[in-house]
Amino acid sequence: MSTTFIGMPTVPGTGNLFERAPFPQVAQHELGNVQLRTNLTKATTAIRTKRAARVAELGDWEDLRDSGAAAKDVVLARLPELLTQFEAAFTAAGGTVHWARDAQEANAIVRGLVEDSAPLNEDGRREVIKVKSMATQEIGLNEYLEDHDIDAYETDLAELIVQLGHDKPSHILVPAIHRNRHEIRQIFLRGMEDADPNLGTEPRELAEASRKHLRKKFLTTKVAISGANFGIAETGTLSVVESEGNGRMCVTLPETLITVMGIEKLLPTIDDLGVFMQLLPRSSTGERMNPYSSFWTGVTPGDGPRNVHVVLLDNGRTRALADQHGRQALRCIRCSACMNVCPVYERTGGHAYGSVYPGPIGAILTPLLTGTDAEENSTLPYASSLCGACFDACPVKIDIPQMLVRLRNEGNVVKESEHGRLPKTQLDVALTGASWLMSDGRRMALMEKGLPLAKLLSPKAGIRSLPGIAGAWTSSRTIPRPPRQSFRSWWSAEHREEAREERREARDRAQFRRFEARSGAEPAPEAGPAPRSENQHETKES
Amino acid sequence: MDARSVILERISSSLGRTGRLNAEGYVPITAPAPEVPHAYRTASDLSTERLIEIFADRLADYNAGVARVSAAELPATVARLLDEADDIVIPADLDRAWVGEFAGRVLTDSREEPQPVDVLNAVGAVVTGSTTAIADTGTICLSGPHCGRRVITLVPDHHVCVVRAADIVEIVPQAVARLQEAGLSTAPQTWASGPSATVDIEFERVAGVHGPRRLDVVIVVDEDEPEAHAGTQAAAQADPRDSA
Repeated sequence: MSTTFIGMPTVPGTGNLFERAPFPQVAQHELGNVQLRTNLTKATTAIRTKRAARVAELGDWEDLRDSGAAAKDVVLARLPELLTQFEAAFTAAGGTVHWARDAQEANAIVRGLVEDSAPLNEDGRREVIKVKSMATQEIGLNEYLEDHDIDAYETDLAELIVQLGHDKPSHILVPAIHRNRHEIRQIFLRGMEDADPNLGTEPRELAEASRKHLRKKFLTTKVAISGANFGIAETGTLSVVESEGNGRMCVTLPETLITVMGIEKLLPTIDDLGVFMQLLPRSSTGERMNPYSSFWTGVTPGDGPRNVHVVLLDNGRTRALADQHGRQALRCIRCSACMNVCPVYERTGGHAYGSVYPGPIGAILTPLLTGTDAEENSTLPYASSLCGACFDACPVKIDIPQMLVRLRNEGNVVKESEHGRLPKTQLDVALTGASWLMSDGRRMALMEKGLPLAKLLSPKAGIRSLPGIAGAWTSSRTIPRPPRQSFRSWWSAEHREEAREERREARDRAQFRRFEARSGAEPAPEAGPAPRSENQHETKES
Repeated sequence: MDARSVILERISSSLGRTGRLNAEGYVPITAPAPEVPHAYRTASDLSTERLIEIFADRLADYNAGVARVSAAELPATVARLLDEADDIVIPADLDRAWVGEFAGRVLTDSREEPQPVDVLNAVGAVVTGSTTAIADTGTICLSGPHCGRRVITLVPDHHVCVVRAADIVEIVPQAVARLQEAGLSTAPQTWASGPSATVDIEFERVAGVHGPRRLDVVIVVDEDEPEAHAGTQAAAQADPRDSA
């Protein structure tokens, strides 16, 4: 069959990908949570330090990043070829491949598979165990299954904490990063019917409680659901990279294994694992290697599940792919390094972003999946100071800051056409004026003379709303009241006497050297720079 | 239109490909795919001796036990590490001599004659070999002969893993190549780096969640390898329990 291809419109993703309220609004609320910020600062500082040390150990880190970024670009450029290659290999190995256009379709496929393979309990419900997976969070699988009489048990410790606490994940690697040990103990005592009332707050004890709580589930549940860190197109292999062993339990013990994987998660060849199994662990947990990684290819008789399925998920990925610049966000391997180094994330936490993908990558990936015209996500590209730390940390070199700027512009274009105004012109005028003013020291000094008046005219609490496009700035920030004088005028007033003194000394030294030169003596060695030589330059100018 | 056709067409469209759909349902690529640079390290010039040192250091960092023995010493060492176990499970194709000095009951497991999971849950320990090991990351790769079904190295709480010195490589790409050379690309694989652990609470690494909470790695140095024999003293590790 061969039909003429007429092109397809891009279709935005659905599911847990939306801000519940504009970022600045939620962020302001979250910033008031001191406990949250204390927990986050502690955890992100620890991860950052570890990651930096482990990355510094590898002399070829930049080569690995280059290779990783390029391998992912190959995946995107050859996506149809690689997906069908993966499908053929996975099917040949005894697995079944399903395709899902969006969250709803993926959820329905999984539900059908669970109903086919998990037995009905006495209460008329079915059970599945789950490995932590971003894809299934994105499509809201747990909530969907719950509504259809299927209980999905999260088995990752952090996911368990989130689930038992009726909470939302706030980080893609350590979803309960916003909780400390005392809070977690309380959550366990309330949520685990088998918890020991004498449970302590040591992480070791809490981990032990989770082991006991889940052991029987692992040994008896018939169906497991996982995500995938990588799918190898060459061989049809899937993988789960994890720490606790809950992933191994889920992909090994049940009779049926269902994996939900985004279409961009492929790697072309097995050899690429040599690169990505170095990039991922060091970038995510800052370890040389994570404790456990599982790789499976379809069904292996006698070893692991007998029914193996994979659901290949679009849900907005083809929409992101259509954006020539934005598509690099699809290189993302969900390591979370960008959020751990982000000053904005560290202060607001993951919940402020609304989407299951928080932090810098979330601020670009989410609007790319849903569209920047989705009103809910239009503030996400502004959730950044553009400091660039995320780009440096990214193992696949996604230029997040540049993408943020592009998305901000796209958002503005949308608003312009809506309101029939051209904020760009205002900005142009403002920037031209600023450039004229700032390019000349005398003009600058003249303008600064106006400061005392500006101080007098502005409110004591600072400037909260400016007219025109400057209003976009003050909508989320307060401009402090202008100072009485500028730094330059303060400096020259403060150092007038010193400056005179220094000039006098310099003159004396010069005279002395000339005198010595004339009298034929050895020139005195330069006694090092005058004590405030850098300042001299400043004072002379004023 | 079915989901597969729609997604493949969407991708073709998003990539800006024009032309006719092929039998698979997409417009084939015409432009060359981007070049992938391979400047990263894929080989190592370290001696076996040095590899053992690095491997042992990494394992100790993960709180795994490490012992270094000759082939002749192996059975006694394995038996000593198993002194808390009443019974153990081994893959059916494991060299029985390795557990020859263990006094308790030895169960065998294979794809053809698997042990029930309840038995594995109650057994004291598991002893396996390994396919290859990565010194730089302290990783043992379990797949194929002597490694058993995945479940036997997962459910028991104590894993004793025997690694031949000759199977240790320095870096990850070398291990990936070894696994392919051994024809194990599509076989189930488990890579284990230390015992089960989590960092989910305040990012503090604690050992022991769902996988084996105790991992002992026994490195066997072949007496016939002159290079490996050279500095036995230097790399001799302390009793594996010390690091636990």
